[in-house]
Amino acid sequence: MSLAVENLRVYYRTLRGDVQAVDGTTFEVADREIMGLAGESGSGKSTLGKSLIRLDSRMRYVEGRVELDGRELPVWDDGDMNAFRFAEVSIVPQYSMSALNPTRKIGRLASELLESRGVDADGALDELKRRLELVGLEPAVLGMYPLELSGGMKQRVVLVLSTMLDPSLLIADEITSALDVSTQRAVAELLVELRDRGIVTSMIVVTHDLSILHQIADTIAVMYAGKLVEKAPADEIVEAPKHPYTRALIASLPAVGLRYETARLTGIAGRPPSLLDPPGGCRFRDRCPLASDECAVEPPFEAIAPGHSVACWKAA
Amino acid sequence: MLTLDRVSKVYSVGTFGGGQLQAVTDVSLRIDGGEIVSLIGESGSGKSTIGKLILRLARVTSGTIAFEGADISGLRRGRLKNYYGSVQGVFQDPFSSYNPIFKVGRVFDMVRDGLVPGRGGADWPRKVEQALAAVGLDAGEVLHKFPHQLSGGQLQRLLVARALVLDIRLLVADEVISMLDASTRIDVLNLLADLRARGLGILFITHDLSLGHYISDRTVILRRGRIVETAETTKLFSDPRHPYTRMLLASVPQLGQKWGHGAPFRGDLSAPAEAPEVLTEVDDGHFVAIAHTNGRKEEA
Repeated sequence: MSLAVENLRVYYRTLRGDVQAVDGTTFEVADREIMGLAGESGSGKSTLGKSLIRLDSRMRYVEGRVELDGRELPVWDDGDMNAFRFAEVSIVPQYSMSALNPTRKIGRLASELLESRGVDADGALDELKRRLELVGLEPAVLGMYPLELSGGMKQRVVLVLSTMLDPSLLIADEITSALDVSTQRAVAELLVELRDRGIVTSMIVVTHDLSILHQIADTIAVMYAGKLVEKAPADEIVEAPKHPYTRALIASLPAVGLRYETARLTGIAGRPPSLLDPPGGCRFRDRCPLASDECAVEPPFEAIAPGHSVACWKAA
Repeated sequence: MLTLDRVSKVYSVGTFGGGQLQAVTDVSLRIDGGEIVSLIGESGSGKSTIGKLILRLARVTSGTIAFEGADISGLRRGRLKNYYGSVQGVFQDPFSSYNPIFKVGRVFDMVRDGLVPGRGGADWPRKVEQALAAVGLDAGEVLHKFPHQLSGGQLQRLLVARALVLDIRLLVADEVISMLDASTRIDVLNLLADLRARGLGILFITHDLSLGHYISDRTVILRRGRIVETAETTKLFSDPRHPYTRMLLASVPQLGQKWGHGAPFRGDLSAPAEAPEVLTEVDDGHFVAIAHTNGRKEEA
């Protein structure tokens, strides 16, 4: 078992009270598993991803336990987490352009990064070049400034840098969202390659785009209003979703081949509840076509089949 | 209704405008009432520039854009206002399209005061109500609200309503749903398709092939400022001829259909095509950019 998260709660501090962005999530990611984490904006998916590596100043750890390869991650302690960051847990942020220092050449950036972790940068140079080649970049990139690279190239550089120390867990936060379709496919397939080559043991890919996840993820977890509503193997989520929210979400995605005249899709009416003071019970209740009285009690996130967990009373 | 004839746009870039950037090259296209034309391209393909040129937010460098047969480049004052009474645009980011301290009602008042001859008269409130109803919003509910009190989908639909209240004939929709969540974006998309049925012409600018395929009648594929392929949407998606179009279609992630496995996909990092390409009709209404070598046509 690579990663085990148990009842994790992370809130945002605001003047009006706590925003309950991640509110009691429990899940596991196995060795060599790529878990996709999907959800709409404000569902807490990025917060969940980030809280496994670094809580920023607005985030407050409330409770929960995170275990990586049998060792507990001190996610609440910024200092103690340093021993794990980059070496055990690494992240590729959404905007790679802002992740690279514009005044450093890529080569110097890489060696500074490695030396900050006590790794001999000169010794790692060959491996660095080999990995750049793996992602389709020339070693000459090392002598360039971030400014000289395109968006897709920068994303690949960040991907190589983040995984230099062969982390056990990689968190990829919306890394394909700002890219063109052709570059998007190339970067997404690189993630799979990093796993296949054993450079990264397991991965959490955070994105709003279910169709990308279906291409690369082994399992997909869907978040709604701070809670996990469903987790299952990727094909099962797409072909036989159990939670009404997952179903509605998938039904609203246009795919090439669908035409307005023949197949009119429908969205989901209403909007997610405010996480400042979320309602009790199932949080999808107000928008759910199946909602009934029992939904006023919060449904547990339970396995209904091997590897398939759902938080819904109606999903037996 | 609106025609673009060999339109090019060169931006001056760099210090003191010393450099030149060719954003759009020799683009010709036509949009009629009651049809949706989707303009599909990756970043830097010049798709948004074309939208700006049509809305007169930028000026053409060469070529002509004509609305109802009249060149729009020379329009001034009153006649430009008339033009904006017929042609309007909606853009990508609904959150930054609003002045945060103006209530929604004031947005409509500004349209009335600025663009409507005779300020709409007694009929105006009813028109606003109808326009809002057309986009599925209730006037009593939204007009007194501030932008931050509404969701992204509602704001985007309000922008469409703002255009509709003017009896427009052409709408330039530039990436209107990219910022919206999956569950709300389809409502805006269906709205555009419904408006087409009422005779509105729509230029739907997007990078997303599946969205373009979902609603448009004709599709134009742009690459580096040039049209590489254009045809009826169903024809283009079932029989793509240009290698670039095929590559785009192959990289769209789809539910229920996995990317083919094989040689690692490295995307479009290659240099531009060596031979200059000329738009050639390969089938009825299906144009493809084909390289001409030694004056001899080569099938793409």
